[in-house]
Amino acid sequence: MKLIIAGEKKEYKDGLTVSELLDLEQVETPQYVTVSINDEFAQSGAFAETILKDGDVVEFLYFMGGGC
Amino acid sequence: MAFSNEQLARYSRHIILSEVGVKGQQRLLNSKVLIIGAGGLGAPAALYLAAAGVGTIGIADADEDDLSNLQRQVIHTTSDVGKAKVQSAKETMTAINPEITVKAYRTFVSADNIMNLIADYDFIIDGTDNFPAKFLINDACVLAKKPFSHAGIIRFKGQLMTYVPESGAPCYRCVFKQPPPPDAVPTCRQAGVIGAMGGVIGSLQAMEAVKYIIGTGDLLTGYLLTYDAIKMEFRKIKLPVDKNCAVCGDYPTILAPFDYEQTECNLKN
Repeated sequence: MKLIIAGEKKEYKDGLTVSELLDLEQVETPQYVTVSINDEFAQSGAFAETILKDGDVVEFLYFMGGGC
Repeated sequence: MAFSNEQLARYSRHIILSEVGVKGQQRLLNSKVLIIGAGGLGAPAALYLAAAGVGTIGIADADEDDLSNLQRQVIHTTSDVGKAKVQSAKETMTAINPEITVKAYRTFVSADNIMNLIADYDFIIDGTDNFPAKFLINDACVLAKKPFSHAGIIRFKGQLMTYVPESGAPCYRCVFKQPPPPDAVPTCRQAGVIGAMGGVIGSLQAMEAVKYIIGTGDLLTGYLLTYDAIKMEFRKIKLPVDKNCAVCGDYPTILAPFDYEQTECNLKN
């Protein structure tokens, strides 16, 4: 299936979960990343159970604390 | 109020813009913006807002200038090392534009002082360097119905978003529910930050404040703008609203500002 990850179209296996995607994309500190799917927040405690489907648009929103 | 000849000259490049004009410049002169944090983000924001003629600018920070700040905090100079950041910031801002009022608050924001600090201001800029302060500013601005600009920078990356009350747009807590545990996410002190990143993102915060004040254009409400300098890529990511948000949701549980545990980065720098 095709997903659009952070604006880029990519091919993934069917049935991929958000947790697996975070792993494949080597997202830094994945437990503290907010994920949106088709402009809705993915439930933060349920990434392992959240299954992505063909055409989903996924964004990773990272904590960025610096200002110093 | 009529402009003096000096004001007409000083603000001529604003006044000539159809989106600003005399009316917009007057609004800027009448406006009050509070900048929390006189660091990498706050420095460029303060310089541009002072130059723009924002009539009253508050700047809050408890720290002193350190040599390690000067690689990015362009409002402070080498001879300022050891001086209160808000003092050196005020001196530079006043040197750029003597006709504005700069109020220096030598303090960190806390649940005890934030509501009083923001009360007088039309727009707040979050230029802090730690999550407890960012959540505190968000909660206080939501509760006090104040618009604000959030931003963060680290390494070669930056982000910002704008909150405007009653705009239907999400707040910072809608996106990031609560601060990560101390040291779980690297700070710029630990991970570094390219100096010009503060200039890019802090200037964008100043731009949001100016646009809000003159009432022109589209603000970053409902969007997170991210900048990756390595890829040289800006992205504007749509943000949903969280109806269950603890502070701005349908049934809020946060009814007053409160402090999270302070992290190391907050204590120095």
